[in-house]
Amino acid sequence: MKSRFVLAALAGVLMSGTAYATDVKIGVMNDRSGIYADIGGEGSVIAARLAVEDFDAASKGINVEIVSADHQNKPDVGSNIARQWYDTEGVDVIADVPTSSVALAINEITREKNKIFLNSGAATSDLTGAACSPNTVHWTYDTWQLAHGTGSAMVENGGKTWFFLTADYAFGHALERDTSAVVKEAGGEVIGSVKTPFPGTDFSSFLLQAQASGAQVIGLANAGGDTVNSMKQAAEFGITQAGQAIAGLLVFINDVHSLGLDVAQGLVLTESFYWDMNDGTREWSARFEEQTGNKPSMIQAGVYGAVLHYLKAVEAVGNKETEAVMAKMKEMPTDDPLFGKGVVRQDGRKIHDSYLFRVKTPDKSEGEWDLYETVATIPAEKAFRPIEEGGCEFVK
Amino acid sequence: MFELLGIPPQALFGQLLLGLINGSFYAILSLGLAVIFGLLNIINFTHGAQYMLGAFVTWMLLNYLGVNYWWSLLIAPVAVGITGVILERLFIRRLYHLDHLYGLLLTFGLALITTGIFKQIFGVSGLPYQAPPLLSGGHNLGFMYLPNSRAWVIIASAVVCLATWFVIEKTKLGAYLRAATENPTLVGAFGVNVPLMITLTYGFGVALAGFAGVLAAPIYAINPVMGENLIIVVFAVVVIGGMGSILGSIVTGFGLGLIEGLTRVFYPEGSAVVIFVIMALVLLVKPAGLFGRTA
Amino acid sequence: MTATTEATGGPVVAQQTAGGMPVHHIAIFAGLLALLIAAPFFFYPIFIMKILCFALFACAFNLLLGYGGLLSFGHAAYFGMASYVCAHAAKVWGLTPELAIICGTLVAGVLGFLIGSLAIRRQGIYFAMITLAFAQMVYFFSLQAEFTGGEDGIQAVPRGHLFGLIDLRSQESLYFLVLAIAFAGILLIYRIIHSPFGQVLKAIRENEPRAISLGYRVNRYKLAVFVLSATLAGLAGATKAIVFQLASLTDVYWTMSGEVVLMTLLGGMGTVFGPIVGAAVIVTMQNYLATFGAWVTIIQGLIFVVSVMLFREGIVGVISKWTRKPL
Repeated sequence: MKSRFVLAALAGVLMSGTAYATDVKIGVMNDRSGIYADIGGEGSVIAARLAVEDFDAASKGINVEIVSADHQNKPDVGSNIARQWYDTEGVDVIADVPTSSVALAINEITREKNKIFLNSGAATSDLTGAACSPNTVHWTYDTWQLAHGTGSAMVENGGKTWFFLTADYAFGHALERDTSAVVKEAGGEVIGSVKTPFPGTDFSSFLLQAQASGAQVIGLANAGGDTVNSMKQAAEFGITQAGQAIAGLLVFINDVHSLGLDVAQGLVLTESFYWDMNDGTREWSARFEEQTGNKPSMIQAGVYGAVLHYLKAVEAVGNKETEAVMAKMKEMPTDDPLFGKGVVRQDGRKIHDSYLFRVKTPDKSEGEWDLYETVATIPAEKAFRPIEEGGCEFVK
Repeated sequence: MFELLGIPPQALFGQLLLGLINGSFYAILSLGLAVIFGLLNIINFTHGAQYMLGAFVTWMLLNYLGVNYWWSLLIAPVAVGITGVILERLFIRRLYHLDHLYGLLLTFGLALITTGIFKQIFGVSGLPYQAPPLLSGGHNLGFMYLPNSRAWVIIASAVVCLATWFVIEKTKLGAYLRAATENPTLVGAFGVNVPLMITLTYGFGVALAGFAGVLAAPIYAINPVMGENLIIVVFAVVVIGGMGSILGSIVTGFGLGLIEGLTRVFYPEGSAVVIFVIMALVLLVKPAGLFGRTA
Repeated sequence: MTATTEATGGPVVAQQTAGGMPVHHIAIFAGLLALLIAAPFFFYPIFIMKILCFALFACAFNLLLGYGGLLSFGHAAYFGMASYVCAHAAKVWGLTPELAIICGTLVAGVLGFLIGSLAIRRQGIYFAMITLAFAQMVYFFSLQAEFTGGEDGIQAVPRGHLFGLIDLRSQESLYFLVLAIAFAGILLIYRIIHSPFGQVLKAIRENEPRAISLGYRVNRYKLAVFVLSATLAGLAGATKAIVFQLASLTDVYWTMSGEVVLMTLLGGMGTVFGPIVGAAVIVTMQNYLATFGAWVTIIQGLIFVVSVMLFREGIVGVISKWTRKPL
């Protein structure tokens, strides 16, 4: 289209007018108003800014501009923004994007437009499996990791029999299916499951069914508000006190914070990052908290890590050409204060350690955000789905 | 595992009790809608947001002012009721001469604004609310462990519903109200301040929603969208019952809660839609609703 | 506008007014078409296509509300279901885009017939609540059904070749296809409104008992307009699936039903051009406010309140009053 040509020409003039060698525009797209606003939202934008700051982009000849948008968890809104960003606003990279449906849509558009997608927020392991793309890096976590982390570790710690509360939609079904497989593989047994309407507010009836089953572990194959409600009601009905353990399959630190320790205590969950792990994470999280008032979630930490690594790759390549930068990101080992040393695999999966946490009891907690104790560390090579099992097509 | 006949009667009893607890919420909310509809002829789309408001006020009272649950039970509905009175005075009042659809659209807009503001301020993760000591813990009834907070919901809602029914159907004030529903001009001619009565009625209906919100606070996650989906179910409840009678909406509320509870045991996948299916059936057989007076 | 129908009432006069298009309407349609043909050279084409889809959706909705007097709060059901069926037909069955769109549209029509026959048993606000409840059922169905892909939706829908010939991956061809569909749909709605059928509808809206006493089988008319409206909403939804190459839960959720009410109300219900203006304003607003999070909801709520309190004729309604020409 004509307008685009004019714009491009204009952009060219502007570019040559600045002293910077490379202009990079990063679009942080996530949920800024809905159920995932707290785990990503403005916090992810701040995380991206901190990455630019720490990288000291300006002095390295890279001029970074960060823009942000709210996809409202709607794939059509998200793809609309993405197309517009790529087509008319010169965005080179889209970062974050929680909500699997939106992430899959952005994944397709990014491939079509040959740009770069640094996903941190989405759970679906399809991003590096059936829907994998040479233009995508999936940084923080995925469903395979969570199911395996929580599932196998629980069975090893004696939780042999399971009962699932499964949110009745594709995501819940997938989570239950993956976790069941892990539980069985580890020598456990799934003695029942109930499909709960989604989204739900009252889980008491299903919790009683879970209680009646006598399973040692109640697995929550749900997310967001469903998880919060089922946890709250499990506490109300005294389910953990009666000896059953509850395993959250997709729980974030903000959920635990919102539930409070009285309710959430004893919950076992898997995450890739916790602010209180070492000096590096504590120092960064303090800076983050100064600006947001909250400790970072693993998703926000992931945005930081991914943007930092991307900028390093741009510096190493010397320009922002997609193939070269992607190749560099996969070739160069990752290293940042939050996830430590790691690597981006050929299929775009970022590999790092993963942790099984247990939520502290109120008397052991020393502060508002002192929420987890580490039960086990799952080493990087075991934490994620092996590349050959993903079925990613372009990886031969 | 949970075959149709494989359920021990005790477990079934527990599930029915849970259904009744859910029904309590339907009953209070549909009662509020019915009271408002009776006099104002408006479907109050803001009802869900006002329910949410009740829960949030309860939370704010505890966390900002240190007011406990029991006082909130009184203060929060009054506070929500006052916001209702303000809305009625500022906006709804000006629409009485128009098609009722405008009332629906207005209250829908107000619901969007209220929900949006709370999303903006509190986010959507939800806030924790610590149940008061008397309501934490519970009793083992033999067939199930009944948390005190749930038992309290049934008692409180039954009392409030019956009190409302009594006031409207059996007292002089209620007689005025019912008369004003039929013929406001005539009642006005008897020296009753009808506009004030309408305002207060709206305030009261809204206060009922706020009350349900207080009851929900210790049980459900407090978040800005907690009322959004509930209100659609309550609309279906109202269509099934027909808004002709106060008692009708109470009975329908509790009854549908029970049916939904049973569905959760026998066919959990269908529990989200069972009320809508019943609504379709009722429309086929008795379009005016079970207790509706006219079509 | 309504006064004339009131005064004339009967079908004979109605047929007379159903004649040719007034000159200023022809001028507006022609101007609109010229504008839209030029638009992609100045604006982002996908954005214009989105407006076109929603304009058709709002016009279809307005047919029911503005001319049938029936407020449906569940139009997302037809819009969204058509979008799913179209996406599925194009992606899984491999149909060409025009056939996929037709499939989606037909399914929306059938769904409209099923829901409509129950919903028209009640009037006014009950009607609104019933349509809302049924739409919620459709939403739950879409959430759980296998073919809709749950919350992931149907992704990467191929745009394919129109009639097996024209490659729609080219943004220009796609744009003109969408323009043609939306324009044809809107003209069809215009034709329906100004047909004898449309006149009877207005008579029913204004005075139902009178229409009954004149011998019209009111419920048949209501059902017919309901099905027409649902079908055309479906056409908009199906087209949207091809444009965005995805179908998702957003389109069946009740907020979508609320949005189309808002577009119609803001633009001016019961006007020909109002819904188009309303759709353009709301879509543009959502586009530019996307970064402001919950403010979108708040502003939409405010527009609702302001429209209802001060501005019931809507934008086009007000212009129509100033110019004293029905628009």
